[in-house]
Amino acid sequence: MSAFKFPESILSRPVYGILEPRPGKSHLMISDAEGAEAILGLAVRTPHLMANTHIIFIPNGTKFGTKLQALNPAQYYEGPSYAAALSRIQRVLSDAAMGLQIYLAGTEGMMGQAQNEAMQAGYDYTAIQTEHRGSVARRMQCVHCKGITEDVIIDPFKCSHCGLNLFVRDHYSRRIAAFQGVCIDAENPGNVPPSTELYS
Amino acid sequence: MTIQFNDETFRDDYSFSNSQRAKDRFPFPFHEDSYMYSINMEQHQGGPADSIYEKRFDVDEHYLAEMRDRALVLADDPLRCQSLPHMTLAGWDLLELIMVSKSEDYPELFELHRNGSKWHWINKPMGIEDHFVFMDETTLPYGPMEYITRQTQGDFCVLDQREDNLWMDAGMVTTQADWSLDFDIGMNFFEWHAPVPLAHEKGIFKRALKFLLSIQQGAPARRLNWTMTVNPLLDTSPENYHKWGVQKNTLTPENLGSKQHLRVELQTFFRLPRSNGLVFPIRCYLMSFQDIMAKPKWGRRLHRVVRDLPEELATYKGFIDNRPMMLDFLAQYDDGLPTSFGVWADEHSEPSLQK
Amino acid sequence: MNAPAPNSTAPKVVGAEKIKVVVSAIVPLNNLVTRFEFKRAGGGQFPTFSGGAHTVVEMQDGDFKRINPYSLMSDPADRDTYAISVRRDDQGRGGSLFLHQRVQVGATMTLSSPVNLFSLDLRARKHLFVAGGIGITPFMSQIKQLDAVHGNWELHYSCRNPELGSYVDELTSKHAHSVNVYYDDKKQLIDLENLLDGQPIGTHLYVCGPKGMIDWVRTTAAAVGWPDAHVHHEEFLAPQPGKPFAVRLAKSGLSVEVGEHESLLEAIERLGVEPPYLCRGGACGQCETDVLESEGTFIHRDHWLEDDEKSSGVKIMPCVSRFEGKTLVLDR
Repeated sequence: MSAFKFPESILSRPVYGILEPRPGKSHLMISDAEGAEAILGLAVRTPHLMANTHIIFIPNGTKFGTKLQALNPAQYYEGPSYAAALSRIQRVLSDAAMGLQIYLAGTEGMMGQAQNEAMQAGYDYTAIQTEHRGSVARRMQCVHCKGITEDVIIDPFKCSHCGLNLFVRDHYSRRIAAFQGVCIDAENPGNVPPSTELYS
Repeated sequence: MTIQFNDETFRDDYSFSNSQRAKDRFPFPFHEDSYMYSINMEQHQGGPADSIYEKRFDVDEHYLAEMRDRALVLADDPLRCQSLPHMTLAGWDLLELIMVSKSEDYPELFELHRNGSKWHWINKPMGIEDHFVFMDETTLPYGPMEYITRQTQGDFCVLDQREDNLWMDAGMVTTQADWSLDFDIGMNFFEWHAPVPLAHEKGIFKRALKFLLSIQQGAPARRLNWTMTVNPLLDTSPENYHKWGVQKNTLTPENLGSKQHLRVELQTFFRLPRSNGLVFPIRCYLMSFQDIMAKPKWGRRLHRVVRDLPEELATYKGFIDNRPMMLDFLAQYDDGLPTSFGVWADEHSEPSLQK
Repeated sequence: MNAPAPNSTAPKVVGAEKIKVVVSAIVPLNNLVTRFEFKRAGGGQFPTFSGGAHTVVEMQDGDFKRINPYSLMSDPADRDTYAISVRRDDQGRGGSLFLHQRVQVGATMTLSSPVNLFSLDLRARKHLFVAGGIGITPFMSQIKQLDAVHGNWELHYSCRNPELGSYVDELTSKHAHSVNVYYDDKKQLIDLENLLDGQPIGTHLYVCGPKGMIDWVRTTAAAVGWPDAHVHHEEFLAPQPGKPFAVRLAKSGLSVEVGEHESLLEAIERLGVEPPYLCRGGACGQCETDVLESEGTFIHRDHWLEDDEKSSGVKIMPCVSRFEGKTLVLDR
């Protein structure tokens, strides 16, 4: 099982659940890497959903594609990356009608971004289901240069855009789909503690 | 009433200073010799003559200098002013609220002439005069919220009220105590307050939210909040923290009196009629420690508050490292005498420093 | 000196100024519904408001002060006139009967500042309105608000019969394509599942009408996958009569017996104690009162308290809820 138990934190830190089937006219399931396991788990419990389901999967090195396809969803798309899949996700959402259920499973970064796309299309985030699986690396926004650094697993880390040393906050923005990074040595320039792994 | 507007800076050479009038009306926030969070809300329906509470939107000697500083912040970083698309109606509500309030409360400084939706606004101190059509953004040089808040002291959080919660969906935030509008826009009341230590466990925010949701048109509320700033720097944003953070290390026992400032926020809450939103102006007042010490009661009290403040709060308010040096300075002004209850300096009745 | 109270532990809900009005017109629409129009007493403009807002009307009926909420159905941009539409309820507590039978043009009343517990979600790409009977009233002001900015809305309005179709003519003549009317007597039912199917993403659904209709719309919408956050409803609960019961107010040191036809809130007000309120109908949460001591059964009728708060008996909403038993002591 690739799920991770996130430690309890501040109220702006997202909390993920377990995907459950919900009544709806159609279902959109987006997952990356080990998130596929959550989709497979849901499908085993409720195979009848598949006739009205659109699965979008970003393997990121994993091999769940065949199993997902074997579920026989109404539509199946496999994208090489989230960026490549983005225009399709946006189109699916803008064409969607109310009565759509949205299920996201996988990394925080992918789920946050997909959730934001649904919000931009007019869908309230409270109804979007999320289940975390796989990597616990974070998308971090540098509050100084606004650049996003992907896959951050250490604290502090270097902003991949402006090079400042940033500490990792649990404060999270749904709109930006990232956690906040703030300069760690602002008050004592050069005094950067050694990095430790997140959640260690 | 005529106000002499200061020509001063809140950055670089920090030429900011408070006149005696400004010092006398400074909103010292501590009513007793210790501090803990409370909801401390009350009606915002006037106050003592010439106090900061008297008018709906207080205009003081720092007005023009603050607006110049705001313009500089925005030129450098336009993301300090944002409005999600559905908040334009609330922006018009805010524009009307400020224009009506200021033209009524300061008729010698501001004029508003309305002919149906054709409005004519004159801001004499800033030399602005505009004709526009109310609710038609194409007739203003900026969106309504940005237009009017570029002419009004203090930050403005414009909140959408939905699902029994408040959502920070628009704002003009250039004088903040270390939080980012660009990051927090779109968050609800509990989320944007998430980093505040201790308060959530005490249920403070649940009770505060219930109160705020009930605020009606024509019945605004207010409260005070406070923090510390080294130098009279208004733009203590996280965006620029890597530039200003190091100033905290420039304090010495000799310069602390003039450099260390108590920063008090007058927070007000007004219901917006057409959008049913809420506007949350955050108006900043700065006073140096040495000016505060000139009022003996405040001198005694500030020492005790800073000394006994829980570590989490001193850390969250950003002065934990400088606290020892601050206490060395403040202790000189605390003779141990009792202080009267209440925030006012009570200079006629409180004894002078016995040291 | 008017110094600010720096540390009140119990924040007072600030009452906005009440608005004195004169009834300027009384327009019967049909056998059951009459519109009442108000002008500000002494002249002057009304505050503007957001569509869906209500006002709490205070009327003097002899010795008895009637206090009832009504949706504002006038155009929010009309600052000269406020209008409400009242459906006569012969079985009710008498507020609508008083208005229909005893109030005349020129009568004076007091209105609260507008309060909105049923506002539009301004993010919506489309607003879908479902109205039943007198539930049409909040949509009247919302439609005018949206029209002023070319907003996207659609109304489905269910009436008993054409005679009782209040405002049908006005709505269909101005908005032929956006208004759909259904008459019960012709067995025309809103095909709700079909209506909800295919609505563009970002649509919000609003329902106002009898309790049965509200429950049906909410249940159906959930069953076909509409998120709760996209479905909005308003239901003014009227306080129901019940057996009289005694209550003691600990803070004020006063006791009173709540009469059969008055609410607990009204009984408390009779003593001169004034709990805050915004809706008087069990929805806004403002009159929430702590129970210090009780021996008996609570009759909770509000939509505000959580289930555990209701079952544990630690709180009560005096505007609509009652009590049966020996002792009830409240923190007022």
